[in-house]
Amino acid sequence: MKFVGVTSCPTGIAHTYMAAEGLEQAAKAAGHTIEVETQGSAGFDKLSPETIAAADAVIFAVGVPVRERARFVGKPTIDTDVKKAISDGPGLIAQAVAAAKEKAANPATATADSPPPSAGGLMTKVDHGASRGAKVRQWLMTGVSYMIPFVAAGGILIALGFMLAQLAWGETGAVLVTKVPMDHLITDFSVLSTKDWAALLFQVGVASFGFLVPILAGFIAFAIADRPGLAPGIVGGALALVVGAGFLGGIAAGFVGGFIALWISSWRVPKGMRGVMPVVVIPLLSVFATGLTMIVILGPPLKALSDALTSWLNGLTGTNLILLGVLLGLMMAFDMGGPVNKVAYTFATTGLAAAAVATTGTSLQIMAAVMAAGMTPPLGLALATTVRRRLFSEPERENGQAAWLLGASFITEGAIPFAAADPLRVIPSCMLGSGVTGGLVMLFGSTLRAPHGGIWVTPLISNPLLYILAIVIGTLITAAAVIGLKAAGPGPVRTELDAAGLAEVVV
Amino acid sequence: MTLITENLVFLNLDSPDRHEATRVLAQALADEGRVTDLDGFLADVRKREEQMPTGLPGGIGIPHARSAYVTEPSLVFGRSLEGIDWGAEDGPAKLIFLIAAPEGGGDDHLKILAALARRLMRAEFRESLMNAHDAAAVVDVVTREVVNP
Repeated sequence: MKFVGVTSCPTGIAHTYMAAEGLEQAAKAAGHTIEVETQGSAGFDKLSPETIAAADAVIFAVGVPVRERARFVGKPTIDTDVKKAISDGPGLIAQAVAAAKEKAANPATATADSPPPSAGGLMTKVDHGASRGAKVRQWLMTGVSYMIPFVAAGGILIALGFMLAQLAWGETGAVLVTKVPMDHLITDFSVLSTKDWAALLFQVGVASFGFLVPILAGFIAFAIADRPGLAPGIVGGALALVVGAGFLGGIAAGFVGGFIALWISSWRVPKGMRGVMPVVVIPLLSVFATGLTMIVILGPPLKALSDALTSWLNGLTGTNLILLGVLLGLMMAFDMGGPVNKVAYTFATTGLAAAAVATTGTSLQIMAAVMAAGMTPPLGLALATTVRRRLFSEPERENGQAAWLLGASFITEGAIPFAAADPLRVIPSCMLGSGVTGGLVMLFGSTLRAPHGGIWVTPLISNPLLYILAIVIGTLITAAAVIGLKAAGPGPVRTELDAAGLAEVVV
Repeated sequence: MTLITENLVFLNLDSPDRHEATRVLAQALADEGRVTDLDGFLADVRKREEQMPTGLPGGIGIPHARSAYVTEPSLVFGRSLEGIDWGAEDGPAKLIFLIAAPEGGGDDHLKILAALARRLMRAEFRESLMNAHDAAAVVDVVTREVVNP
């Protein structure tokens, strides 16, 4: 028979390999073959999916939880302590033979408790031998690579929706398209109506964007804790959106969910309970603890922060407009959809609503500055990935292509994959460019009558040429800053999975 | 790279318990400059030992740690004719291998230690160490089997 095994131990330098040797000797002596994956400190060479598929049974002889255990789901499994493989390899091989025979005789019962394995399984970019700093970057990068398809699909759909809306409605199309109710699309969608198509593109794009932060958080947690991390990470990410914490809150949720899941998975439980750990206990406790953290611990200070920022901004009316533009620009780029960004954007749109009644020029200028400042982060990063490809990982370069369109459409989220992967260098660069652009728009005196739409609402912008000049300058500054900072520090997280990771999610 | 030298071989280890024995073996690493802080290293080994004693069936004890105080991957070999209790169910340990790995060591280093661990499972390897009559013979066996197989 053919078997596969996984061995591991707390330190990863001795028992792991002794256990592997024990299993191999025992299998050979009994006339079977076994391939063992040693999940030790010297990295680990993963068993190929074909080898796992061909195995009659699996032996886990482990001192720490099996990494990427999902690969083995559905196989008859012997789950035991690492020392057992050292002291009694032949006994384990005999158990594996019995389990394989039982499964062959009665296939239904052996697999009843577990779903069939997915093709290939999900991958992380985590190299277990890496230093702590490198690991954090790899965790972030895993989240980012799974998030990128949602950013690209959602962003481009929304941008296409805006474009088509301009055709269908005229110059205020980008505003009107967002007002078409979902109910209308469900009951009265007309294939001949350009407006309906525009609204459809927009709504699907918005739905895709809804997953951005949950997927980021979920796969950061997945990289940290393997499969048990997914549920708390995704739920934590969704709650980050609910409490208005944006993608930075999502990163926090990923770490919180991942470490809670990792910790709970490490509990030593009586043998009888092991079966219910992954199905009930770990998901239940980790999801609840992550949710509690996000709502009760992270929620109140975030709410206090945005309340304080809002009243502070409202108190600023009457101050120097250029300074206000710089400030709003910095805020827009700080967390791209998080609490600070939202305060600045809401400040502008509230002014816009008031301006519809009072027609004061200042509110329209503020809206113009806020939108321009929200456009430069993706544009600056798109430019940076174009002129200095080598400073970016493969998924980032791919995302850079989409970021042009996203930036031009005032979809600041296009910059999130870059910011999430390397926040300390990307966020300051974005803030610098957005701050300058915000100030310049105020200086040039452009006004805007729409709350969104990017270059597609150019007809609603006064002094459009100077407006675009302000955006170009901010874009150049962000690109230069990010290139400078990235060139000075360690390179991108590069693994052979860079390309594969992305391809896999798309397929 | 040398995994073991003659100064790291103790053919007549005579200590009352495993902690004392470990200290004797670790002292040799400190004397050779392979461990920068003896107490720090011992604490790391002890922490590992407390998780799960490293005594194994067949009279073997493998105290070990990955520690920031270790400068290069090292093996100290100790042989005790009476045996020292190492927490194994089937009796005291007669062959003791203190394995020291640096915290951030590269893959190559760790692969040598992995090869060592695998050899410990082979009866011939253990026997030749049990029967070695001097330190040079131990160094020879380890070098031949593990470092340059």
